[in-house]
Amino acid sequence: MAGNVWVLAEHWRGRLSDPTFELLVLGRELAAGLESRLEAVLLGHRAKDLAGSLGAADSVLTVDHPSLAEPNPEAYCLALAALVEERKPRSLLVPLTNVSADVPSLLSARLRISLANFCRDVRVLDGGLHARCLLYGGKMETTVAVPGSPAVLGILPGSRAGSEARVDRTPSIEEVEVALPSEGRVRFAKYIEPAAGDVDITQQDALVSVGRGIQTRDNIALAEELAEALGGVVSASRPVIDQGWLPLTRQVGKSGATVKPKLYLAAGISGAPEHVEGMKSADLIIAINTDPQAPIFTVAHYGIVGDVLDVLPALSEAVRARKGIHA
Amino acid sequence: MALTTTEPAEAATEITLDNLLESPQGRNLLTCIQCGVCAGTCPYGDVMDYPPRRIIGMLRAGLIEDVLVSDSLLHCVACYACMAKCPRGLRLTEVLLPLVKEQVFSRLPEVPAELQKALANTLRYGNPMGESARKRAAWAKTAGVPIRVLSEDPRPVDVLWFVECYTSFHPRGQDNSRATAKILHALGVDFAILGNEEKCAGECARLVGEAGLFETLMDYHMALLHKYKFNRIITSGAHAYDAFKYEYPSLGFDHAVEHTTPFFARYLDSLRPLLKRRLDYTVTYHDSCCLGRHNGFYEEPRRLLKAIPGVKLVEMPHNRINSICCGGGGGGMWLDTYFKAKGRERLADRRVKEAVGTGADVLAISCPYEISRFEDSLKVLGYDKKMVVRDVVELLAEAMEGAP
Amino acid sequence: MNTLVLMKMVPDIVEELEVGPDGKSLDLESLRLIVSERDDHALEQALLLKERRGGSITTMAIESPDIDDVLFTALAKGSDRAVKVAGAASPLATSEAAALLARILPDVPNLMPVDLILTGCQAIDDLDGLLAPCLAERLRIPYLGIVTGIDVDTEAGRATVLKEYAGGVRGEYAVSLPAVLGIQAAEKPPRYVPVAKVRATMKSRTIDTVPAPARDETSQLEILQMTKPEATGRAEMLEGSPEEVASKVADMLSARGLV
Repeated sequence: MAGNVWVLAEHWRGRLSDPTFELLVLGRELAAGLESRLEAVLLGHRAKDLAGSLGAADSVLTVDHPSLAEPNPEAYCLALAALVEERKPRSLLVPLTNVSADVPSLLSARLRISLANFCRDVRVLDGGLHARCLLYGGKMETTVAVPGSPAVLGILPGSRAGSEARVDRTPSIEEVEVALPSEGRVRFAKYIEPAAGDVDITQQDALVSVGRGIQTRDNIALAEELAEALGGVVSASRPVIDQGWLPLTRQVGKSGATVKPKLYLAAGISGAPEHVEGMKSADLIIAINTDPQAPIFTVAHYGIVGDVLDVLPALSEAVRARKGIHA
Repeated sequence: MALTTTEPAEAATEITLDNLLESPQGRNLLTCIQCGVCAGTCPYGDVMDYPPRRIIGMLRAGLIEDVLVSDSLLHCVACYACMAKCPRGLRLTEVLLPLVKEQVFSRLPEVPAELQKALANTLRYGNPMGESARKRAAWAKTAGVPIRVLSEDPRPVDVLWFVECYTSFHPRGQDNSRATAKILHALGVDFAILGNEEKCAGECARLVGEAGLFETLMDYHMALLHKYKFNRIITSGAHAYDAFKYEYPSLGFDHAVEHTTPFFARYLDSLRPLLKRRLDYTVTYHDSCCLGRHNGFYEEPRRLLKAIPGVKLVEMPHNRINSICCGGGGGGMWLDTYFKAKGRERLADRRVKEAVGTGADVLAISCPYEISRFEDSLKVLGYDKKMVVRDVVELLAEAMEGAP
Repeated sequence: MNTLVLMKMVPDIVEELEVGPDGKSLDLESLRLIVSERDDHALEQALLLKERRGGSITTMAIESPDIDDVLFTALAKGSDRAVKVAGAASPLATSEAAALLARILPDVPNLMPVDLILTGCQAIDDLDGLLAPCLAERLRIPYLGIVTGIDVDTEAGRATVLKEYAGGVRGEYAVSLPAVLGIQAAEKPPRYVPVAKVRATMKSRTIDTVPAPARDETSQLEILQMTKPEATGRAEMLEGSPEEVASKVADMLSARGLV
């Protein structure tokens, strides 16, 4: 039987991240294919209560140390390297987010083990791991065989539906002692929250972007409602900014910002080249416009011919209902 | 008073700000009488800290450094208004301003982001939009008429059509190119384009102060043009026209060059019978700065428009030499955010209000920048249902529709 | 304060990328290279630090097509020195580049020790790892990535580094020097340098060249295939009343973990 499939249980500010659950779903598939067990690895400080949510794994290894209280590449790498050398897993899946994206590289270089980065999918083939990796800004997909044991895989968010891993089962939890320096060479000091009202639209996962179709300044509230329900913010094309209805910091396009959010909702935007330039790389583009010939529909993934003043409130309600939030 | 034709820049000693006052052009500048007509006629005159009058004054007083560290000259959209009105005929927009702006540009602590991107894109991709050079001639496949590309078919040709960037990449610019191709074809002109080998002529880069970029592009085009045999160049770009006419001769370029509008005006007798379709439009024509004030082509576009059956021509109060620039020249095309941050009214908005005031339903233009700038202004000001923007060649092609 | 900036070229994705005849790599005909965007930010951050704190900057790269342009541009922007590693096998995987650089840095004349090594936090072709953490591990020096702000106290031997998290939150860390930092964004956008200045720099300055050591490690990954992801043409139109459409959209977002 092969060594275990490990998933780095990523958490930040008291919450397990969504990609963690996606990786548990993926990890279960790989463990089945390799005929081995799925184990979650939880590094933290006084974070044991999070372990209870990792029941999709067969077991959880936890390491508790003050230097692991906040994300710390040095401490993460030392702890994982020690665990890997002791337990010899078959593979380690790590989510590629700001918290953990560099962990695979650190571990790979330290232990001289193979690493596949930017994976959108991993499968077992003849007892080996094959990964499909997105390169060049998503323009090419490379299929690689990832040799050796252990192998590290950096997985892009969205590889699986994480909801399948949110189960009620309590896993077996093992606390492992790892010797870590009390004063590392990388020391977390504090978090700096963004200034109120100072929104960086290039850092948002979801943007509800309004164009002339919003018609009046007051109607922007409809977009704001949807943005809030989605956990994003409102952005806009130039004509709206020029009217002074939103600050310059919200402008998307040639004269504004280039954004690459996970969701870009173009509400009442015609899709002039100057605007499209700033948002065409968004992961999912949904456009709403009354004109079926609007150029935005050639760049959007999904299109709705309709009036934003009708569609936006309907969307807000549907999203809230799906989230179980009631306004 | 139309501006008389000016001679192309001399190839001899390079004029710099340092040696300007000792050169023939510089001595010429010393005849400035400080009347202030330049400042008065500048479209951004109220915010231009250093109009030509003050620049010359500062030069004379040895205080030019103050001018060079100010960013006020970024407001100069190279509209030629100052030069056209100067009672001494000083070559302000042609000589003085590019030299000053080159120094200003190199001293800017920060180049405005949109402008920086446009320049970096022009250097790398040969166009300010940052599109792949390999897509430059893609529009030609949709032109509906055969278009010869010299790189594929290098035989000698009569007319080399230099298409330019906005007319290659921007959807509305492509409409212009398709119309131009249709007219050239209908007139039986022997023409070809450079295709993907063509790059930006770089005139607006030069006018904002990036002389190095302009020279890089000029060197490139001179080498490219040497590969082919042609009699003349025509161009859809009014700024490109200026580049070939006034700058390229310094590297030995000696072919005739024309902008498409005056070129077609020369063919009016052959064109007129083809304009079969009646267009019942009331049209007001916007004189572009390069074609109009700089080169005096005021009547040619009007003759073309009047030849279209059903077109009624009305004039804006500021027409011909008094035309209000669309704000796109001299780097202005990429400084909208910069101007907005400083609270400036966009010149295109100003012009569009005037156009709408004439009651016309079509605003006719002949410089590619104007299409997107005026259409944008119409949208922002809420007039886009009242008036449309059309290039003169688009109207000509529309009037030819149904013609064999 | 001495800073080393590491830069590399990557495929320019403005161009259409095509798969080459071997089915595993990019077609070289349609390929154009451009400096990795994050590396440009790393250089800018180094220049800002130099303006604030003094010191010198060396910009270094492993030889590849058009790298000279990038190095001369770095010199024109204010880098004090440019070094090119010549003769390495090409192209190199990121892990191979990290191994090579770790081996050669001590042998570059008058380079080490440096206080800071800055490079982009990631590049679009980092299939088998990110340069900054891989290099840091091999050099056995501390590392922090996704950096958007740096200040340095060379006397105290440490840097105060800002790392970016979701939602605009930043984490402040103290990092002992020397360190490798993976730059996400410089505190200001990369500066423009006029073409004339770069051309003048090409005439007046030189790039130092050092020979690459013999390769002793190769990337462990085996590339089996390279393909284009499915292309999307026009939007899939969703029909129905606003409520029906909204419901479809909410389902779609939920399936993608966006709701």
